[in-house]
Amino acid sequence: VPVRPTSARRRRALATVALGVLPALLSGCGVALGGDDGPAIQVYSARSYGAEEAFRRFTEDTGIRVEFLNGNDAELRERLQSEGPDSPADVFMTVDVANLALAAEQGVFRETSSPALQAAVPEDLRDPSGRWFGLSVRARGIIYNPERVDPASLSTYEALGDPALRGRLCLRTSTSAYTQSLVASMIANLGEDAARAAVEGWMANDPQIINNDVEIVRTVAAGGCDVGVTNHYYVARLLAEDPDLSVDVFWPDQATSGTHVNISGAGVTRSSDSPAEAQRFLEWLATTGQSLFVDGNFEFPVNPQVQPVEQVAAFGEFRRDPINVGELGRFNAAATQLLTDAGYR
Amino acid sequence: VSTRSGRRTPVLVAWAAACLVALPVLALVVGVVGAGPGPWRRLAASGWVGQTGSTLALLGLVVLGTLLVGGGLAWLTAAYRFPGRRAASWLLVLPLAVPGYVLGLVWSSLLSYPGPLQSGTRALLGDDAWFPPVRTLPVAAAVLVLALYPYVYLLARAALRTQAATPYGAARTLGLGPVRAAVRVVLPLARPSLAAGALLVALETLSDFATVQYFGVDTLSVGIYRVWRGQFDRPAATVLAVAVLLLALSLLGAERLLRRGARFSPAVRDTTPLAPVPLHGARAWAATGACALVLGLAVVVPVATLVTWSATTPLQGPDGSFDPAFLAAAANSALLAAQVAAVVGVVAVLLVHAARVDRRRRVHGAVHATLTGYAVPGPVLAIGALLVFAAVRTALDAAGLPGGAALVTGSVAGLVAVYAVRFLALGFTTVEARLAGVSPSLTAAALSLGAPPRRVLGRVHLPLARSGVAVAAVLVAVDALKELPIVLLLRPLGFDTLAVRVWQLAADSRYEMAGLPALTIVLVAALPVALLFRRELLDPPPPVRLPAPAAPELELVHA
Repeated sequence: VPVRPTSARRRRALATVALGVLPALLSGCGVALGGDDGPAIQVYSARSYGAEEAFRRFTEDTGIRVEFLNGNDAELRERLQSEGPDSPADVFMTVDVANLALAAEQGVFRETSSPALQAAVPEDLRDPSGRWFGLSVRARGIIYNPERVDPASLSTYEALGDPALRGRLCLRTSTSAYTQSLVASMIANLGEDAARAAVEGWMANDPQIINNDVEIVRTVAAGGCDVGVTNHYYVARLLAEDPDLSVDVFWPDQATSGTHVNISGAGVTRSSDSPAEAQRFLEWLATTGQSLFVDGNFEFPVNPQVQPVEQVAAFGEFRRDPINVGELGRFNAAATQLLTDAGYR
Repeated sequence: VSTRSGRRTPVLVAWAAACLVALPVLALVVGVVGAGPGPWRRLAASGWVGQTGSTLALLGLVVLGTLLVGGGLAWLTAAYRFPGRRAASWLLVLPLAVPGYVLGLVWSSLLSYPGPLQSGTRALLGDDAWFPPVRTLPVAAAVLVLALYPYVYLLARAALRTQAATPYGAARTLGLGPVRAAVRVVLPLARPSLAAGALLVALETLSDFATVQYFGVDTLSVGIYRVWRGQFDRPAATVLAVAVLLLALSLLGAERLLRRGARFSPAVRDTTPLAPVPLHGARAWAATGACALVLGLAVVVPVATLVTWSATTPLQGPDGSFDPAFLAAAANSALLAAQVAAVVGVVAVLLVHAARVDRRRRVHGAVHATLTGYAVPGPVLAIGALLVFAAVRTALDAAGLPGGAALVTGSVAGLVAVYAVRFLALGFTTVEARLAGVSPSLTAAALSLGAPPRRVLGRVHLPLARSGVAVAAVLVAVDALKELPIVLLLRPLGFDTLAVRVWQLAADSRYEMAGLPALTIVLVAALPVALLFRRELLDPPPPVRLPAPAAPELELVHA
């Protein structure tokens, strides 16, 4: 039997719909808010974990509040571009130099001239015209299982094509920015032909190609591979969780071009309405806050005055590839093509 | 209010909904034509040839596997009596609550080199013990089979329930053995249902880009995600999306061909169930074992693993302290699911209403056009919607109105709209099924007594459809909770749902932390799935009075 819809029922239905829709419109804003007085800066940050503590301490030290929005490098860059001059962002922070260089090319950053940053950040880890600055270093190491491999038998990235390592090599997928930037650096240092020969050498060893670094570290530690290539901080993170893990880092290319490194870095945006505060933020992260910023994620400091955290220092000192990290972007397309040609998945 | 204009409103609603559904697809076609040759050259480097190959191979394996597992289990539980048969009958639909990307996460971890299965094998057989390679297409296909076979199972069960008994009995009487009778009589009868189930499985496989990535399989949908999220190369993403859309359309065509217009719905409703043959001894236990094995692999082991992971890191962030991100993601998931359910519920009722007050062909056409959203794979729909949003943005900017940028960079409202397009078919068929037993003459009587359509809606259709709307809302909410590709591609920054969180933590190899959000999705989804299908499969409703379909979304394919 049809029930007569009363106006009360109708009103209740309306209220339900309104309650459902309103919060959703509001929930689009994911910006974390601090207090509500004093100067503030907005940071678009691709650092997913552990940056909050450093941001909080910066506010304590300087009275400048930090509001931040997390996302991946590319999506934040896309958003900055889409927002254009109206963007609320003062700082754009990435975990990869390619995105910094691209953002700089797209005119996202303004040039910052800061003696403090120039002193704290080595020349090869920042943009020559001051559009972006490296804030932490992530080294692409060769990792090995000390129960199976004598580190004296390791030397360079290209030597991983040694037939002795056939079936014993773990590499990261070719779609990873880490793999591409490593091969880009090999093209820059060795030339395209030698780089191609090196990658073909890896492929001749029938490597296991795994789509994340943590899995590579775990596989090497469990004996599934003898040797792998990963970022150093994954090894440090897993060793911190389980010190008995059978894995160690070897720094390649020490006698030649130096170990390949990438950076996590940031720049002040062109749209910023508080560039002075934003610059102060970068300066603080590169100096006073440097340890706090890099240690949580087991990265190397960019600032040579600052010591890395104990677990990372245990990997030993190394000489890094002196090429300006921003230069590598030029070879990225060639690197991708080379990887595809070599049948590297 | 004149009856004429009142009668026009529902029709307008139907047409407006149809246009909204069609827009993303039209935008893709326009987009691919306007893109020129540039994206093709860039895609050549990304390996679309290989991606097409893996997509086809995956489709073939998954469809074959689900037909064998789903069809086989349906026949087993319908035609034979063995210990645990009654429970297995409805428990076997439970994998519907476990999204493929959760199943893939669990199995890729359990099967990995350092994982328990491989280390166990090495401990038993020595370090050089052989173990099949895990990161391969066949393993990815096996995981998808476990996640998707219930579609085939449900449809096959429904077909066996309503059509199989009499012809099977006749074949047996005429001297065919049980197996030959099944192959020669029941299989051809069930062909339309099996084809429909296979189609749904294939469409879901096309949509998936997360499960396959755990196993290093590079499909076209993975390509769409990578080209868009990695490079924001909209033209290239459009080209790939159109390729997937063409595949989906050819699958629809193939299903129709396979059905060849046949729909063996009996002229006389034949509701005699199959009389199950009792199995004895080893055969009975083998039947029980087969059901238990599938359930174990698809539900028990994954849930147990997720429980273990959740117990190690309950609500913890990476540094071990309390992590509010889980609660925020849960709230976002709940909000999104509730809104999508509400929107789909309202639109579905309006469409059912429109089809009843105006039975002309063009209304019928519009209503059925709105149902095509289900056939467009998630990533394809998302890219199409992006193109529409971009066009709206250009229009808004040109008119000097604000809000365009937010539309393109992602908004919850946009997400709800795209979800609604995707799940409208599910909602509509569920509501319509509840009204199917109500004679159209009731609507005609109300109209001829002078009631305007609005009053017919409020006093006839709404009260009658209420239970159907509730069921539809629950089913849509569950699907929205599980959905991943659309939310990953279209969400606003900082708007993480449980599904997004599972995906991100898994991508970062933080499996233990992914346990709790994944477990939450599975448990929340399992409840309605279990309650709804338990009733359907154990006490099938008498079809003459109220022919509710076993799985509402499945009925659509017959429509």
